[in-house]
Amino acid sequence: MLKMTPLNQTHRDMNAKMVDFGGWDMPLHYGSQLDEHHKVRQDAGMFDVSHMLPVDIKGDNVRAFLRRLVANNVDKLTLPGKALYSCMLTPQGGIIDDLIIYFLSETWFRVVVNAGTAEKDVAWILKQRDELAPNLEITPRRDLAMIAVQGPNARAKVWQVIPGSQAATEELKQFQSAVVGQYFIARTGYTGEDGFEIILPAADATAFWKSLHAAGVAPAGLGARDTLRLEAGMNLYGQDMNETKNPMESGLAWTVDLKSERDFIGKEALLNTAVTQQLVGLVLIDRGVLRSHQQVVGQRDGAEYQGEITSGGFSPTMNQSIALARLPIQITIGDEVKVIVRDKQLRAKVVKYPFVRNGNVLV
Amino acid sequence: MSIPTNLKYSKSHEWVKPEADGTVTIGITHHAQELLGDMVFIELPEVGRTLKQKEECAVAESVKAAADVYSPLSGEVIAVNSPLVDEPGKINEDAYSSWLFKLQPSNTSELDGLLDAAAYAELVENEDH
Repeated sequence: MLKMTPLNQTHRDMNAKMVDFGGWDMPLHYGSQLDEHHKVRQDAGMFDVSHMLPVDIKGDNVRAFLRRLVANNVDKLTLPGKALYSCMLTPQGGIIDDLIIYFLSETWFRVVVNAGTAEKDVAWILKQRDELAPNLEITPRRDLAMIAVQGPNARAKVWQVIPGSQAATEELKQFQSAVVGQYFIARTGYTGEDGFEIILPAADATAFWKSLHAAGVAPAGLGARDTLRLEAGMNLYGQDMNETKNPMESGLAWTVDLKSERDFIGKEALLNTAVTQQLVGLVLIDRGVLRSHQQVVGQRDGAEYQGEITSGGFSPTMNQSIALARLPIQITIGDEVKVIVRDKQLRAKVVKYPFVRNGNVLV
Repeated sequence: MSIPTNLKYSKSHEWVKPEADGTVTIGITHHAQELLGDMVFIELPEVGRTLKQKEECAVAESVKAAADVYSPLSGEVIAVNSPLVDEPGKINEDAYSSWLFKLQPSNTSELDGLLDAAAYAELVENEDH
């Protein structure tokens, strides 16, 4: 039996093509994935992301617990409402999950974890809690829904729909949040566009979704979500990283704080592991479509090397195929590589990603 | 969408239109494009290539996935729909007018083994459940 979000029936009523996404019955698209993609880049689209799980951590000195639990430094969170992107690592430095941590008060932080890893994450967090801070209260919030509204007009549409939200959220910078009545509104997202991710009571999700739709926000499915995040150069857990990869070889060194004295789970392993691989962007020169798990080959300094595409696809904004690939650390931007696609070797160029941000092609 | 009754169908979701001159025109079905979603890339066979029935001869890729196209009949490729390469989305708009290639069949008895519209409709129906 597939798990369902509070919006399941609403998706079906809107003629969504539903798919099994890691045990969840989720909308892939509502007709055309390409149209939904463009709508988000050019106007506003909304995604049901209620399969992701908010986990509240409450009690005395949550901050000290999180200093140890995650690889980024929660001491960067000084203003209430501020958010931080981080990896949670195994002692060996592998990525258990990537998550967003919201600082609400010194006695209340909220982390939002991926759907496919939620059970594993909660078990891990509880285990660490028992060892490090047994007094903390950890609460998975399946009573909440989450809707991402993304696109250049997304914020204005939300302001139309939630009375009083404009005054409360207009001044929010990227990665800041505010509470407006029952809505938890964060200026975050997974598309490379402006917008909000909104957490609200599950019982109110359908009415809110319908109000947004009436205001002209297009429903968008997981298909568009994937092409948007790939263009935006954002990692997908399970594809671009997993427990056998560390953040340094997953393009996430910027999220790891090795400077402070703070000790966190996985830090020692990271300090003692040579980085031999990196995540790079690829733009396909020849015709075709790059896909995850395709092999990448090339030559450098007379030696042959191999790598693998971790996420590949067609970029609707660029009208050509792009990918993230894990390649040896020696490969540099501008190099040409070959990707093995069926019986052919297609040429691709190594680029710095993101590929697209705020509607603009960057490569 | 109704399944045209003047065409024949393969179990791998290609349609075949027998032409008056003995050649056949081949494409992928409406159901196939629906399964794949927005098409973004088409690779067509070389004109002059000799195909065996059920041989992989073209590729149709959508935003979601890559699918091999299998020749429903044996024969020689006599024409390909080159403009489709630049506009693969035409297949989503109308799968039955967006042909991929034409064959001069080498064994017309193979045609009898293909499905008619009713049998193909049943196949699609069973797949959906």
